[in-house]
Amino acid sequence: MTLMAEPSATGRFGEFGGRFVPETLVPACQELEEAFREAWADPSFRAEYQAILRDYAGRPSIITECHNLGRQLGIRLVLKREDLNHTGSHKINNVLGQTLLAKRMGKKRIVAETGAGQHGVASATAAALMGLECKVYMGAVDVERQALNVFRMRLLGSEVEAVESGSRTLKDAVNEAMRDWVATVESTHYCLGSVMGPHPYPWMVREFHRVIGDEAREQMHAAYGADPDVVVACVGGGSNAMGIFSGFVDTDARLVGVEPAGGAAVGRGVPGVVHGMRSYLMQDEYGQVQEAHSISAGLDYPGVGPEHSYLASIGRAEYPAVTDAEVIEGFQLLARTEGIIPALECAHALAWISREAPNMQGQTVLMNLSGRGDKDVAQMMEILG
Amino acid sequence: MSTAVAYGRMEQSFRDKRSAGRKLLVPYITGGLPGWEDALRAAVAAGADAIEIGIPFSDPVMDGPVIQQASQLALDAGATPVSILDQARALDVDVPLAVMCYYNTVHHAGHHRFAEQLVAAGICAAIVPDLPLEESGPWCEAADASDVETVMLAAPTAPDDRLPRVCARARGFVYSVGLLGVTGERSALAATATALARRLKAVTDVPVLVGVGVSNAEQAREAVQVADGVVQGASVVRRLLEGGADAVGEYVAEVRAAIDG
Repeated sequence: MTLMAEPSATGRFGEFGGRFVPETLVPACQELEEAFREAWADPSFRAEYQAILRDYAGRPSIITECHNLGRQLGIRLVLKREDLNHTGSHKINNVLGQTLLAKRMGKKRIVAETGAGQHGVASATAAALMGLECKVYMGAVDVERQALNVFRMRLLGSEVEAVESGSRTLKDAVNEAMRDWVATVESTHYCLGSVMGPHPYPWMVREFHRVIGDEAREQMHAAYGADPDVVVACVGGGSNAMGIFSGFVDTDARLVGVEPAGGAAVGRGVPGVVHGMRSYLMQDEYGQVQEAHSISAGLDYPGVGPEHSYLASIGRAEYPAVTDAEVIEGFQLLARTEGIIPALECAHALAWISREAPNMQGQTVLMNLSGRGDKDVAQMMEILG
Repeated sequence: MSTAVAYGRMEQSFRDKRSAGRKLLVPYITGGLPGWEDALRAAVAAGADAIEIGIPFSDPVMDGPVIQQASQLALDAGATPVSILDQARALDVDVPLAVMCYYNTVHHAGHHRFAEQLVAAGICAAIVPDLPLEESGPWCEAADASDVETVMLAAPTAPDDRLPRVCARARGFVYSVGLLGVTGERSALAATATALARRLKAVTDVPVLVGVGVSNAEQAREAVQVADGVVQGASVVRRLLEGGADAVGEYVAEVRAAIDG
């Protein structure tokens, strides 16, 4: 079987995925699947999407070799610079794809969930560009720790609602966005921000991020004449990892998705069903979903995209975890050695690379730098004093 | 050989009552909420035809603020699916009992094990609001094997060709979702409530009950002009939260009178 191709007719990657949604949403998921399938096969939609990625988001994003840090760690470290996209992260790829699709489907309004605010900002940006109404749900805890992004979204004309239920973080923002969608499904598209949720989202969002891996592969070949030995990305829901993995899943490269220790859904290895999908899920002995705890709002998610669960279950990708303390180190390391401030999410990948470097001497390591750290500077200022 | 269908306990009871001209009333009560067993008995005494026991879940995406709050209070009080089923076993009421639970509760316990736990607790039916028709196979198979009736939900968004397939898989009753949205009280019964009930009545003889957004006695009376009965969720739970078992009993009696009248 070809890896990272289309899921089965029921939206399965192996035993993961599916469409576990209330009856009210089934027709909308079916309609979305049909619309995406048709658009993705339509050269004019592809051309429109590629043009907007180029002329608005600033693609292709470059790759940057980290000579200083690479020398220090004894590896060749190359970054895929998704932090340089418009709005500062990879999230814009998916959002531009989904909003183009929403318009094609005749929807007037989008709703989105956000953790760190990157997907919310990207959604608000695309909504402004395309003339769509936009409402973003964000956990109340995250609203506090990412105040700047909240202001950005409002500046872009979106409504932001602080979600006070449950753990008041990303998972609760997803719940609230789904509740909104259940009530407004006829006029509204749910612009889900990761490779998660009910079919077709995990597949569709991965396809919208495939450009990361496709570009990186070409760039690596042009620069070094070979595939990397290791491809690394951080994983919350897992969209940036899926994007870069998709370019290398058919190579010999080792694929590594780094989870936060306090949100290690794959690491715990227990499947569950929430937010429309069957996937690995942090839960207690009765199946109550547990709260993730991580220094980075964007990775504070107790689940993971179903295709990651599948890649883990067949051993094609590995999912180690790093602690908040290691992440703080990684964050400062890149800033000091390379003059690049990474998003806290990406600092997870750096933390793993620096820990694992002794076992990768002389190897070429490609890391997806999926977002820039400007949004995290206030938080880090408090932590580092 | 007779070809008579053997209905489950809840469906047989509902069909008998419908034949006798009675409209069906199913209050929802959040299991594990302090005082829930007294409230349940009060609802039965006031004329409920069955009770839907909510098993609280951490992420109830089909529920609005009132039932979310009740679920959280129950979880905070230490309620688990096992503790609620243990308490249900001791209830000793003479109407059929159903559980309303999210699919991860079932999935985590295991389909067959969960079905057997329900049977052991004297529960005859299950409503799983995030398990649509296409994903319902493994659970329904286990439920059928244990004679647990699986109530299917039908939504206003369903195209005509979907409704007969949903009804064909429904046991106990068909839960006709009253509006586009989550559970909670509204100032008026949505037009979708009676419209969907009418569409369902045209394609099935399984009892059709309207739930979600049926918020008071008057709206219940309106709904049963078309449907065989109503499920009352947030309006019951709010009274339990605010006034305890007595308030639940009074309210159920009021709705009973309205739909009997």
